[in-house]
Amino acid sequence: MELLKEFRNPIHARTLLDELHRITTRPWVIMEICGGQTHAIMQSGIDQLLPPQIELVHGPGCPVCVTPLELIDKALAIASMPDVIFTSFGDMLRVPGSHGDLFSIRAAGGDVRTVYTPLDAVKIARDNPDKEVVFFAIGFETTAPVNLMSLKQAINLGLTNYSLLVSQSLVPPAMHAILSSPQNRVQAFLSAGHVNTIMGMWEYPPIAQQYHIPIVVTGFEPVDLLNGILQTVRQLEAGRYAVENAYSRVVTLEGNQPAQRMIEEMYEVHDRQWRGIGMIPQSGWRLRPAYAQYDAEKRFSLSHIVTQESDICIAGQILQGLKKPHQCPAFGKECTPRNPLGATMVSSEGACAAYYNFARIREGQ
Amino acid sequence: MCLAIPGKITALYEEGGLKMCKVNISGVTQSACVETVPDVQIGDYIIVHAGFALNKLSTEDAQETLELFRQLAEFDAQIRAEQESTE
Amino acid sequence: MTESTYPVIEGAVCPLPLSHDQTIVMGHGAGGKMSQELIRDLFQSRLMNPILAENNDFGRLSIPTNQPGHLAVSTDMHMVTPLFFPGGDIGSLAICGTVNDIAMSGGIPLAITASFILEEGLAINTLAAIVDSMAETARQVGIPIIAGDTKVAEKGNADKIFINTTGIAWVPDSRRIGGQYAHPGDIILLSGTMGDHGIAVLAARGELGFQADVQSDIAPLHGLIGTVLQAAPHTHVLRDPTRGGVGTTLNEIARQSRTSLWIEESLLPVHPTVQAACEMLGFDPLYIANEGKLIVICPPEEAEQALTAMRQHAYGKQAVVIGEVKAEDPGRVLMRTSYGATRLVDTLAGEILPRIC
Repeated sequence: MELLKEFRNPIHARTLLDELHRITTRPWVIMEICGGQTHAIMQSGIDQLLPPQIELVHGPGCPVCVTPLELIDKALAIASMPDVIFTSFGDMLRVPGSHGDLFSIRAAGGDVRTVYTPLDAVKIARDNPDKEVVFFAIGFETTAPVNLMSLKQAINLGLTNYSLLVSQSLVPPAMHAILSSPQNRVQAFLSAGHVNTIMGMWEYPPIAQQYHIPIVVTGFEPVDLLNGILQTVRQLEAGRYAVENAYSRVVTLEGNQPAQRMIEEMYEVHDRQWRGIGMIPQSGWRLRPAYAQYDAEKRFSLSHIVTQESDICIAGQILQGLKKPHQCPAFGKECTPRNPLGATMVSSEGACAAYYNFARIREGQ
Repeated sequence: MCLAIPGKITALYEEGGLKMCKVNISGVTQSACVETVPDVQIGDYIIVHAGFALNKLSTEDAQETLELFRQLAEFDAQIRAEQESTE
Repeated sequence: MTESTYPVIEGAVCPLPLSHDQTIVMGHGAGGKMSQELIRDLFQSRLMNPILAENNDFGRLSIPTNQPGHLAVSTDMHMVTPLFFPGGDIGSLAICGTVNDIAMSGGIPLAITASFILEEGLAINTLAAIVDSMAETARQVGIPIIAGDTKVAEKGNADKIFINTTGIAWVPDSRRIGGQYAHPGDIILLSGTMGDHGIAVLAARGELGFQADVQSDIAPLHGLIGTVLQAAPHTHVLRDPTRGGVGTTLNEIARQSRTSLWIEESLLPVHPTVQAACEMLGFDPLYIANEGKLIVICPPEEAEQALTAMRQHAYGKQAVVIGEVKAEDPGRVLMRTSYGATRLVDTLAGEILPRIC
């Protein structure tokens, strides 16, 4: 385990930073897809130590942030129903819906429970046969296998009171959406290493080829992030655009094939709304028709949901890397982690929250 | 979207029809589902996300990567020494 | 006048002559015979001291008169699940928590009160074990429990047991210690590892699917404080970082004193198991609760002695310097990360939630 702590060693960080300073000759805009990477960068402060020509922009890899408002409102509606136990990862509890959040539903008497893993939600379903147990299955590709495994287990155990409220997003379509936007400034991507751990790397060469963009699979420790940035800048400086693996201790070209097979069996691709961004074609997963009875959106009759988004929240532009949090007029004033207007301020890995918690002081706030 | 940490497998078992393992991370013991990495052994390292093993972790590969960093540090030191001697 | 032939009803009393020695029932809080038996047999038998022995509705307290001084008072509600966990229980927590609050004045803890709200159905044995723990802890501290109260709430209206403790200390007027006195140039010391209590309780709760070999750090700090103040008599701030962690507490001090507090990430002490648990759940040890740790902020010329004194005490063996106080950027806490960058350490926003992102 001491070996793995080496990926936090400031000595290696210094080596990589020195090399970056040595080779960077021009300005480059690099996007890290994953909110977890944003959080790690800001918490360690390594973005302050990069050559000034390198600009990191933060991508939409925050499943909390991009879950459509309508789905949050459906979650709140289901959680408010009697005889329902609504289970969720902790991340979702403070995300604002049109009126309130899961926390406020709990305060009003709804049975809302945080779980560390959806497998615990299955235990809750088993222990409460007279209640409907719903799990809020959010995530990118990384979390899809465990969300589905919980459903598989529930089915194998013969449980009929377990269902998933699905909000799964996909990375490659998001990359396409960002790169094909006329305002796009992103010249390279740090790919989310744990997404690649499941999905492998095979989806990315077509994107690199189409847009002439280097894509480097990157991990989450500060040294991993600097390594990914270094390999990216090497390509940019040399005018190359390939898919490279800077997280090779966990990521392979083919990825986790048994997990991919399970996803293929239970999920199908569909067009999906991304909160703050809009519709991105073929960018989400939903349960296949064979599993319709386990789909919470179908199991519960929900009256027409009227959504109401804050009109001053610019989360969409931030998720696409077009604006930075401190450029939002509400940042730090009407919108703070305690009173979030949008999901990017709620989620601990949302760009706005990361800026507020770690970097507010730098931007003169 | 990807909070996952490495841990060492200390036990393998079955629960609720799923292949599971016990993982030790610096004195914290967790359970993780290993259905999608069925060939893991006790002593192997895995990456765990929300109670689920995403994949195995190769300590040899980690060693190689760290060795690259050390070589890079040496290389950079050489370059600096050369630059200083020519100044 | 003939005596009344009707029985005197003092409240809801079970008509059958069974002794309710298994669980708490509503009658225990009604003020009648059952209440008195509970108070006498369960509480007083364990907490007895001369002041309680007077059996009045009030407890008498003498205060020192050899020099001018004033009183420091603190009160706290204690609710914790589970009631017993590695390293402590709600009883030791209730005593130490309040002893520590009053000890932060730099004064002498004089007395403590203890009030209880018991949920109907609470096992008497559980209550006895908790009161035993309180008695033992108070004995170790050398502080008498001089007043108290007990009420019973209907089942479902109180989570097993809520305890309120109020503490009183006597502070000589010459001692001026408080968060507002942090001064630019002061050194910040921390008595030991962060996050032990919070993680120990979370692990004991068993809801997040992990086990950790971590003990809560519940400890009375008045002795450690006494040692520090002898070595560093001009100490400006004493604070115990409880809920919200070291990060939140430092922010409070920064705001109170209108200074900025700068800390070094590489110096912050965290037990590797606590670190691992935090990483698994997405927590930052800076915000996890402690119940036996001390922050000392003192003038630079006394820092060395303060540190040595702390390290010689049982509860300060892992004491370290973690940073310093500056004048610029008042009200903020800043940290130099292990990589050499500077970032903000904000106050904790709300409840800490485990995350997957």
